[in-house]
Amino acid sequence: MDNEAAFDKFKTCAVEVLQVPAEKITLGARFSDDLEADSLEVVELVMALEEAFDITVEETELEGVETVGQAFELVTSKI
Amino acid sequence: MSPAGPRRVVVTGLGVVACCGIGTNAFFEGICGPAPEGERRVTAFDPSQWFDLKAARRADRFQQFSVAAAQMALDDAGDVGADPARAGVLLGTGVGGLETLQQQITVLVEKGPRRVSPYLVPMMMSNAGAAAVSMRFGWRGPCETVVTACAAGTQAIGAAARVIASGRCDAMISGGAEAAMAEIGIAAFSNMTALSSSGVSRPFDRRRDGFVIAEGGAALVLEESERAIARGAHIYAEVLGSGSTADAYHITAPAPGGSGALSCMELALEDAGLTPADVGHINAHGTSTPLNDLAEAEAIEKLFGTAGPPVTSIKGVTGHSLGAAGAIEAVAVALTIERGIIPPTVGLEELDPDIHLDIVTGVPRAFKGGAVLSNSFGFGGHNGSLVLAGFDGSGGSGTPRHRASNSGSSGGSGTPRHRASNSGSSGVPTSDPS
Repeated sequence: MDNEAAFDKFKTCAVEVLQVPAEKITLGARFSDDLEADSLEVVELVMALEEAFDITVEETELEGVETVGQAFELVTSKI
Repeated sequence: MSPAGPRRVVVTGLGVVACCGIGTNAFFEGICGPAPEGERRVTAFDPSQWFDLKAARRADRFQQFSVAAAQMALDDAGDVGADPARAGVLLGTGVGGLETLQQQITVLVEKGPRRVSPYLVPMMMSNAGAAAVSMRFGWRGPCETVVTACAAGTQAIGAAARVIASGRCDAMISGGAEAAMAEIGIAAFSNMTALSSSGVSRPFDRRRDGFVIAEGGAALVLEESERAIARGAHIYAEVLGSGSTADAYHITAPAPGGSGALSCMELALEDAGLTPADVGHINAHGTSTPLNDLAEAEAIEKLFGTAGPPVTSIKGVTGHSLGAAGAIEAVAVALTIERGIIPPTVGLEELDPDIHLDIVTGVPRAFKGGAVLSNSFGFGGHNGSLVLAGFDGSGGSGTPRHRASNSGSSGGSGTPRHRASNSGSSGVPTSDPS
């Protein structure tokens, strides 16, 4: 899967879980400030990403993940 | 109690989500019959009217009912303007977010523990409805939930009235919500043979065979009376008193002869400073189960004699919405007082020969004033009774604990007060058999 296809897939999950317009899902977007997502919503998003990409993300790996870019990097490192 | 004497509690806003109607006008028309066919789901309920998409996904259906009913009640009440620290929420529910729990157990079984939603807890917990209401409106006083099965709605309103009467708060949103029609809920009630096998709700009828399960929610805005008068609020009714007792007998069956129900009604009247002769109408629990209806009727006969004041059960139309039922029925009572109309016990065709009450059947009947008693009883042996009456606005000279006036003891609270927007709008014909 190339990077662009992966990000599209990521975006689909984020739009579905966070209920925000697709154009707001940018690499620099911050979950709390830009996407109004609290910690539980980030957990829910990670669960959707695990399912979509068939990966496993440990809770400890989420520490310090505050932007879409950081989360996307975490996901692509596991594909 | 405040040094100035007991504080009186009045109802200034109503909201209701029921299978027979959303909003007071549709609801009241609905409970005057006929009974709907089949299941008692609130099929007309559209969460997007009350929540954005994201919030709707995070709220179990019972939370959605709670917020919708509270929003309608507050819209109806107008600008309550209470200090948020002295404004609280007290709701009832039987089981909370059962539908969410069932869905997530399916996820657990099919996909494993790592896929269980992080929102399961805040959606299934029984206090989620009250919490959502306090957050939506910023009311920061006590926010509590009564979980006493089918007595919950009635007991929550009684408890909320006490919070105001005691001086702790000036306004409360109270009521209840239930959305337990998930497969697991229906199977469980069905297997305990509580549900009607015929699918017909017929309270007090000789052929009654169980309750028809329903969902819904209702909310009442309660306020301290002097504040409500000062702000020019429309006052539907006064909460004169309440009672709460336990059968301490059996987890599901009522105590023989309805002894727990009897003591509960007696306490509620005592709390209101009334005698049985002051009661002009009883809105019964009347679930359409063989045991409940007989025990409740026996208790009413013991306290009020035969035939006693006119009794009705709206569950012939609404079905039984468990922890929401008492709240929905309190809305019905407030509307009965306001509109002067007692809805009939729809579904009742052949009165059980062991029941000797004056049950309103067929068509609505004129309400002739006096206090109204509303009962709810729950599995676990929980009994709740509320006493409401038209508000006379005077100080009075009586000594009831819960209020400063005993005007209801004259046997009539006068002409029901109609608000312009509701006057004559129900279009419900009434009969007066006397």
